[in-house]
Amino acid sequence: MTPKLPPPKENILARRAEIVSALRKIVPGEGVVDNEHELRAFESDGLTAYRQLPMVAVLPETTAQVSEIMAWCSSEGVRVVPRGAGTSLSGGALPLADAVLLCMTKFDRILDINYCDRIAVVQPGVTNLGVTDAVKGDGFYYAPDPSSQIACTIGGNVAENSGGVHCLKYGLTTNNVLGLELVLTSGEILRIGGSTMDTPGLDLLGVIVGSEGMLGVVTEVTVRLLPSPAAAKALLIGFATIEGAGQCVADIIAAGIIPAGMEMMDRLAIQAAEDFVNVGYPRDAEALLLVEVDGTEIECRYLAERIEALSKSNGATTIRSSQSDQERMNFWAGRKAAFPAVGRLAPDYYCMDGTIPRRQLPHVLRRISAMSQEYGLAVANVFHAGDGNLHPLILYDANKDGQLELAETFGAEILKLCVEVGGVLTGEHGVGVEKRDLMPVMFSEDDMRHQQRLKCSFDPDMLLNPGKVFPQLHRCAELGRMHIHKGKVPFPDLPRF
Amino acid sequence: METLAPASIDELCDMIARAASSGEKLDIRGGGSKAAIGWPDRAAAILDMTGFSGILDYDPAELVITLGAGTRLSEVSKLLAEHGQELAFDPFDYAAVLDGPVEQSTIGGVVAAGVCGPRAISRGRPRDHVLGFEAVSGRAEQFQAGGKVVKNVTGYDLPKLLAGSWGRLAALTSLTLRTVPRPEFACSLGCKGLAPGKALDAQARAMTSSAGVSAAAHMPAGSLGDEAMTMLRLDGFEIGVRSRLEDLRRLLAEFGDWQPVDNASENGFWSDIRSAKPLSQSPLLWRAVLPPSSAQALAQELERHGASWFADWAGSLFWIGLDHPDIDIRAVLQPLGGHATLIRAPVSIRAHTPALTLPERGLAQLNDRVRKGFDPHGVFEAGRFMDIHNAN
Repeated sequence: MTPKLPPPKENILARRAEIVSALRKIVPGEGVVDNEHELRAFESDGLTAYRQLPMVAVLPETTAQVSEIMAWCSSEGVRVVPRGAGTSLSGGALPLADAVLLCMTKFDRILDINYCDRIAVVQPGVTNLGVTDAVKGDGFYYAPDPSSQIACTIGGNVAENSGGVHCLKYGLTTNNVLGLELVLTSGEILRIGGSTMDTPGLDLLGVIVGSEGMLGVVTEVTVRLLPSPAAAKALLIGFATIEGAGQCVADIIAAGIIPAGMEMMDRLAIQAAEDFVNVGYPRDAEALLLVEVDGTEIECRYLAERIEALSKSNGATTIRSSQSDQERMNFWAGRKAAFPAVGRLAPDYYCMDGTIPRRQLPHVLRRISAMSQEYGLAVANVFHAGDGNLHPLILYDANKDGQLELAETFGAEILKLCVEVGGVLTGEHGVGVEKRDLMPVMFSEDDMRHQQRLKCSFDPDMLLNPGKVFPQLHRCAELGRMHIHKGKVPFPDLPRF
Repeated sequence: METLAPASIDELCDMIARAASSGEKLDIRGGGSKAAIGWPDRAAAILDMTGFSGILDYDPAELVITLGAGTRLSEVSKLLAEHGQELAFDPFDYAAVLDGPVEQSTIGGVVAAGVCGPRAISRGRPRDHVLGFEAVSGRAEQFQAGGKVVKNVTGYDLPKLLAGSWGRLAALTSLTLRTVPRPEFACSLGCKGLAPGKALDAQARAMTSSAGVSAAAHMPAGSLGDEAMTMLRLDGFEIGVRSRLEDLRRLLAEFGDWQPVDNASENGFWSDIRSAKPLSQSPLLWRAVLPPSSAQALAQELERHGASWFADWAGSLFWIGLDHPDIDIRAVLQPLGGHATLIRAPVSIRAHTPALTLPERGLAQLNDRVRKGFDPHGVFEAGRFMDIHNAN
């Protein structure tokens, strides 16, 4: 069921033809899509349970066009929803009925690669894998690697602060982006950050990355490039119990090893993945760990041996160590295909994304398993074990009455549990519309107001991607008011923001 | 000047609310090690945050620590070391270089000023390791953001905004930071006598290799010593470090004779680089950040003017010492894509030279709007950075 979105402004809907024609003046040719048939392609993102046709979609090709679109929409009070490849799993790019959908996919060029400064300057519509593909021949790569990397765009990665299996060691998007060109709702074009580690002023780059397309439209991104490691080795380790696997993860970390990636899958996920890719995952295991180490050959061998020893002491039932890059890729194939593989077990699945302190893993899994019985919906679990980021996949059938709602309620219960044990609602997929109404589980009204005022300083009329992240739309004037602190100190005559 | 020392969040809220209503300014202070940075003539009460000290939660296995923002850096480092861990960003105490109170530096001050050392080039700055915080904003409201786990995208990433904000948005009361295992083994390769150009080239080659260099610095010959020294640091497990060391030596052979440096000289070198000790006697001290590709040009310019300097972060960070303010460092850096912070200078110079480089106009206006969202009455704007009117 699509969550409640900000009610469409009737006066804007009534002006649709005028808005379309104004956009055509800015972006000529095929760049403005207004017929229902073609707009269907944009009605949802990776969270396909939620759908909404946009009023109109526009596909600009230059920063100047983006700036003109934003300035025009702003002066006319028209809302804008930005979109990259549309792979968001939280409904971050879900359109609004009265909003212009701003599609950035035509910004698909790599503008500069500078190995001396170890950076690449790319347009936001370049795919995540496209960056690595452009530099791998010279021995470099771009570290964040979300599972959707073949399709998802750098602009979308910036909006969502995307992670991936290698972020345990190499960080998320936010740790690998140095600069942006940003267009504000006013149409103003700003350069945020640059090509160095710190730049003058507040660290606005830090808040723009992960702001879910609500602060500005990114038209250029400077990313950090890393030299590819000389060698990498993966271990595939099966355990008879989840506890054994969980303790093994803790022991690896305690030994001072930060693997390049450390993933865990439960029995249902292992079996689904093995049925799908057939690469020799142990079907009898209750939990599977995939651990990758990188460095020199000698270093990889050494780390692999230490991890093997720790696995044995935690009762591992299978241990395989990759003997070639091909075998390493095979080990990963199952994990990377885990979502579609689980997708074959039921007509629909709902992917959750909480993070918990690692020590809580066995407890949380037991609770999820109990909830699964209670709700009558099966769950397959895939985790980024190294950083405690869980992806429970709830299986359901949308064609059966009430199952989607049941899956949503179950999912919300899982996320509340994550917060209850000291974790958070979302580790990498974003709040979007999906987890918007759960924000009060983690944040007080004052916490959220401090975040929303930040939005006001970028977008004072709340025209950019409204209805995402925050459960309530406040007007900026209202947010700017200073509350009376414990009834003691009113400020009747001071100027206000 | 009056000092306010809140002992609780409620007291802190009251003090900020009173300041907001009376128009008084507050200068947030931890240990005071960096008090000498910025405009000297600040008419503000000191808001002493050392009452918010102590470890609130530390489970080494989680690689996460939550602690009061007023906790001393030395105490944090000691506790982490006892568990074989450390803060990845290589923080240090500015006291030595600013003649501040010794060993008083607090973690809140380190984060608020973005203090980090040589290994930040490979492991990130404080902003990359602050997971969450609690604070009281200029609105006299307590709020929190982020979380206590390493992977979190719930809500805007305010921890990054607060890191490096120099106490201009909110008074931090507690922080949650990521910790890392202390490397089992560290070793540096040193090469003596390289000219700046060659040293920077060698560092660029090292950084673009797969050797996993964790820090790279160059100390030129001349005012700082008789002989130039270029140093590359590797850390990790001993067997891995040794193998990478050999690879690196072969790779850089054409630049000179690279030798592993014994532990004592190595520690001394990195500790000096970290805290800018070699320039601690220079009347003016600048910290400049620029793209590595501009490093050669800056080095040449500095040599031409006879300035004392050394380079960290493989040429992306320069510490520059001057006897007289006769070189306009910011004018030199601007065309090179860099900027500089004035760390130390006589009062007469600090009175008219902003400590931080001001952003260009549009960005300055956005900075101003963001600040007013947190601190609409400018309670925390004591003029230290001399830019309040710049945006208008």
